[in-house]
Amino acid sequence: MSRASFALPYWLSAPGAIAILALVGLPLAMTFALSLHPFLPDGSVGGKLTLSNYEQIVSDGYYLAIFARTFALATLVTLVCVVVGVPEAYVLSRLSSRWRAVSIVVVLGPLLVSVVVRTLGWAILLGNEGAINSSLIALGVIDAPLRLMFTFTGVVVALVHVLLPYMVLAVWASLQKLDPATEQAADALGAGHFTVLRRIVLPQVIPGILAGALIVFALAASAFATPAIIGGRRLKVVPTTIFDQFLNELNWPMGAALAATLMALVLSITMIVNAFVERRYKQVFA
Amino acid sequence: MNRIPRALLAFHAIFVLFMLAPLIMVVLVAFTSKGYVSLPFDGASLRWFRAIFDHPEFIAAFQRSVGLAAGSATMAVLLAVPAGMAIAWHRFKGREALLGLLLSPLMVPPIVLGIALLRSLSQIGGSGSIAGLVAAHTVVVVPYVLRLVVACATGVDRNVAHAGESLGASPATVFWRIELPMILPGIAGGWLIAFITSFDELSLTIFVASPSTQTLPVMMYAYIANTIDPLLASISTVMLALTLGAMFLLERLFGLERVLGGKA
Repeated sequence: MSRASFALPYWLSAPGAIAILALVGLPLAMTFALSLHPFLPDGSVGGKLTLSNYEQIVSDGYYLAIFARTFALATLVTLVCVVVGVPEAYVLSRLSSRWRAVSIVVVLGPLLVSVVVRTLGWAILLGNEGAINSSLIALGVIDAPLRLMFTFTGVVVALVHVLLPYMVLAVWASLQKLDPATEQAADALGAGHFTVLRRIVLPQVIPGILAGALIVFALAASAFATPAIIGGRRLKVVPTTIFDQFLNELNWPMGAALAATLMALVLSITMIVNAFVERRYKQVFA
Repeated sequence: MNRIPRALLAFHAIFVLFMLAPLIMVVLVAFTSKGYVSLPFDGASLRWFRAIFDHPEFIAAFQRSVGLAAGSATMAVLLAVPAGMAIAWHRFKGREALLGLLLSPLMVPPIVLGIALLRSLSQIGGSGSIAGLVAAHTVVVVPYVLRLVVACATGVDRNVAHAGESLGASPATVFWRIELPMILPGIAGGWLIAFITSFDELSLTIFVASPSTQTLPVMMYAYIANTIDPLLASISTVMLALTLGAMFLLERLFGLERVLGGKA
C-alpha cells in the first residue's frame, strides 16, 4: 500500500466532515456560548459570562411547567405509539406479500408527506365543526362538540399520527430477524396463540420496541410544527417556547439556554436507555 | 403462517384508516365549492385549485422550495458519495468516529439546529439568503444520502474494481466506468430522499429563511397560524400528488422500507 492510498479515505471524507463541523458543530458551540451570556433590558446581549439563564429555567415555574408538559407529552405519545405500533408491525409481518406491500405504502408513506400537510389534516378533523365532532353529534354520542383543537389530547393524537411510522418500522425490522422456527416449535409443543406471542415473539422484539420508542420520544420532545398548529399559543412546549424567545421576544440567550437544556435532556435520556438496553440484551445482539 | 386472528385484522383496518384519515380529509376539503373548510358532498368544484393561481407568492415559494431541494440534494450527494465510498470500502483509523460525525445532524433536533444556524449565519451576514438555506439543508440531508450510499457500496463486489485495476485501467477509469455505475442506485435513492426531506423541512427553515426567501412549508405554516381555508387544502393536495409520484418511484426502485429504514 502506498502513502497515497493510505491518505485516500481521509481526502474522500474531508469535504463532508468539514461541512458538518462548520455548519453543525461550530453553530451548536456558538449557541451554547450564547446561552451563557445575559440578556440586557435594552435588548442587547451582555458581555460577561453567567449561568443566570439556566438558573431562571430551573427556578421559574413558567419554564418548569413547559418542560414538564413537553416530557409528559413525549412520554404519552411514546406509550401510545408502542401500544398501537407493536401489534401493527406484527400484523404487517403476517400479511401475504401483496397486502403487505400495499400496507407498507400506507403506513410508511406519510413519512414522505410534509408535516404541515399532515397537521393541517388533523386541524380540519379536530375542529369544533370538524369531521370527528360532526359525526359524533350525528350519531348522538355527544350533544355539544368536544374541544379537541388547542388541547393536550389533540396534540397527542396528531403527534402519534406523525410518529407512528417510526415505531412500526423499528419493530418490523426486528420481527424480520425473528426465526419462524421458534414460533412453530412453541406451536407444536401445544402453546396457544397468545402464549406464543407473549413468551416467544415479544421477548425477541423488545430491543426493536425500545429502539423505536427512543426515536419517537426524541422526535416528540423536539417536535415543533404539530404542537404549534394543534396546541396553539396557550399550550406551549419547549420547541414552541424556543421559537417565541428567538423570533418574538428576541431574547436569544434565553432561547439558546432552552435549546441547550432540551438537547441535553433528550440526549441523556437516549444514552441512559441505550446503555441499559445494551447491557440487558447483549445476548440478543451478539 | 396465514393464521391472523380476526381481531388483529380489524385492528389493522382501523390503523390504516387512522393513517389515511387526515390526508383524505385534506383532499376532500380541497374540492369544496364553499368559501370555508367543508366537505364537498353538497357541492364540489375546482375553484380552490384555480385560486392557487391568484396567489403568486405560493407559486414562487413552491419554485424556491424545488430549487432549494434540488440544490441541497445535489450538494449532499457531492459530499456524501466520496465519504460513503471511503467508509464502505476502506478500513482506516477514525472510521467509526467519521461515520458518527457525518450522521450527527440526525441527532440534533431541527429546531435547535435552526437557531444555531440563525445565530452563526447572521454573524457572517448569510442569514435569510438562498446560499445560507442551501448550506443549512445540505448538512441536514447528508446523513440520508450517506446511509443509502454506504448500504449500496457495502453490497458491491470489490473484485470487479480490482480486476479493472489489474487489467491496467487508471484510477479515474475505474471510478467512472466501474465504481460509480455500481453505486448509482444508492446515489439516486439518496438524492431523491434528500430532495423530499429538504422540500418538506419546516422547523429549521423557519429560522434560516427571511420573508423574501420563504419556502412553501414555511409560507403554509405562517398562513395556517392566521387562518385555515380550503386554499391550503388545495395546495396540500397538489403536494400530496407530487409526493405520491416520488413514493411510487422510490417503491419501484428500492422498496420504501429500505429507503426509510431508520429515518430518524
